[in-house]
Amino acid sequence: MRYQRAAWWFVGPALAVIAVFFFLPVLAALALSITDFDIYALADLHNVRWVGWHNYVALLQTPLFWQALGNTLYFVVVGVPLSLAASLGTALLLNSPAARLQPLFRTALFAPVVTTLVAAAVVWRYLFNARYGWLNYALGSIGIAPIDWLGDPHWAMPAIIVFAVWKNFGYNMIILLAGLQAIPAELYEAARIDGASAWHQFRSVTLPMLSPMLFMVGILTVAGYFQLFAEPYVMTQGGPLQSTVSVLYLMYEEGFKWWNLGSASAVAFVLFVLIFCVTAVQLRWMRRSSLA
Amino acid sequence: MKRPLAAAAVNGLLLGAASITLFPLLWMLSASLMATGEASALPPPLLPDHPSFDNYRELFAHGGLWRYLANSVFLAVTVTLASLAFNVAAGYAFAKLRFAGRERIFRMLLGALVIPGQVAMVPLFLLLKELGLVNSYGGVIVPGLASIFGIFLVRQYAQSIPDELLEAARIDGASEFRIFASIVIPALKPIIVTLAVFTLLGTWNDFMWPLIVLTDQSLYTLPVALAALSREHVQDDELMMAGSVVTMLPVLLVFLSLQRYYLQGLLAGAVKG
Repeated sequence: MRYQRAAWWFVGPALAVIAVFFFLPVLAALALSITDFDIYALADLHNVRWVGWHNYVALLQTPLFWQALGNTLYFVVVGVPLSLAASLGTALLLNSPAARLQPLFRTALFAPVVTTLVAAAVVWRYLFNARYGWLNYALGSIGIAPIDWLGDPHWAMPAIIVFAVWKNFGYNMIILLAGLQAIPAELYEAARIDGASAWHQFRSVTLPMLSPMLFMVGILTVAGYFQLFAEPYVMTQGGPLQSTVSVLYLMYEEGFKWWNLGSASAVAFVLFVLIFCVTAVQLRWMRRSSLA
Repeated sequence: MKRPLAAAAVNGLLLGAASITLFPLLWMLSASLMATGEASALPPPLLPDHPSFDNYRELFAHGGLWRYLANSVFLAVTVTLASLAFNVAAGYAFAKLRFAGRERIFRMLLGALVIPGQVAMVPLFLLLKELGLVNSYGGVIVPGLASIFGIFLVRQYAQSIPDELLEAARIDGASEFRIFASIVIPALKPIIVTLAVFTLLGTWNDFMWPLIVLTDQSLYTLPVALAALSREHVQDDELMMAGSVVTMLPVLLVFLSLQRYYLQGLLAGAVKG
């Protein structure tokens, strides 16, 4: 078939935008991360100097970086499994033949996903209020002493995780629900004839059939949770005692509050490499377990 | 024998889960109608004593909410329309037109999906500063003009357009642009609506980039303005709830009316792996 010159009129504009406003900046970020670009360079480009690995070395010697990394890992390691469990649990409930009003429940459970993150975080900040928030009120009614959710360094990250699970689980729920609906009914039929209990059917039919999708959803969720930013920005401003400073929050402060753009780029790149490696390891793990 | 019990358990659990997802939203609505200080009573009240729109009035009259609402609407609509033009054309070309390097370029785009957008933010800020777009609507619009995800979504769908249909039009002497306008766009209508809803909601809800690129308060979008207001007015629960309602309600309504398209897009995007 002949090549069509007109094709470039169709792809050209979009590719140009992506090249100039995405690929170029990503490459520039790498270059910027080995300079000392700061507020003086912002005023006059002659003040920029190459500093090699200095930003990375300095970063590794900054306690706040390690704390931000630890906080982000905490958020990912605890938040992702809880999120996936909520998604899978609600998808199973919605898929149950006994479920009534399925479309209505599906919409209700999905609603938090489309809400504006900042607005939802503002609402939850009040729900988490130590004195008059609904959460402590509800816990108090079953005899649990009030918790200073956003004011206690031990509880601030758990609070943010609770909020993130509420906000995000509906997304994967919809995907897993579609996966559950695609499992052939005959498989359950056969399992039932063999006398398998509900739990047994779940273990030997549902989970194996769903596992490729579960892996995929998990990998995407991990990558997404590494990008924690708006939740601490609105709810805790990184506090108390920097217990909710995430890697991206650190990049934002470093870059756009202190205008250390070189060092901020180094933070961004560390995050990118981290996400890349974690994703690669998970993909490998997935392939191996699907071969086994 | 156990059936009715199991059915009750399933529906009971669903009801419980739905109350957890909806309660914060309903309480936000209720508290936004309360008088100042009413929401911070103990026990926390469920409904306002004397519902009033005073908080909304206050926000619109003195909080500059009209301005932020207008900014949000303008930016969301502009980015959506402009990016549709870019992404639909490109997605169609990747699916149906032949050009040198098509597969290679597409694979590169897909590979780039693993790069988090935040990596680009610092240099992008400097680039837009050079172009004089920092602290202007353009700073939000320009980077959003095309998206890999959008191109991918359209390409998937456009592959189902029969080649014979396009060939027949070419034999009749129609130009490629004519074919695009009169055959391709009508055939792609469902995915265009899907992508439009996705982009509209995504742009409306976006926070980090507008926060970085818009420094002038009069240019703030609703989420950026709300975040700034809520840092100032930590004690004004009811006022902030009203601000949250104004920020959230438009996207919730768009979602509810076009839910089918949104969920289709979500599922189409999920199979990219």
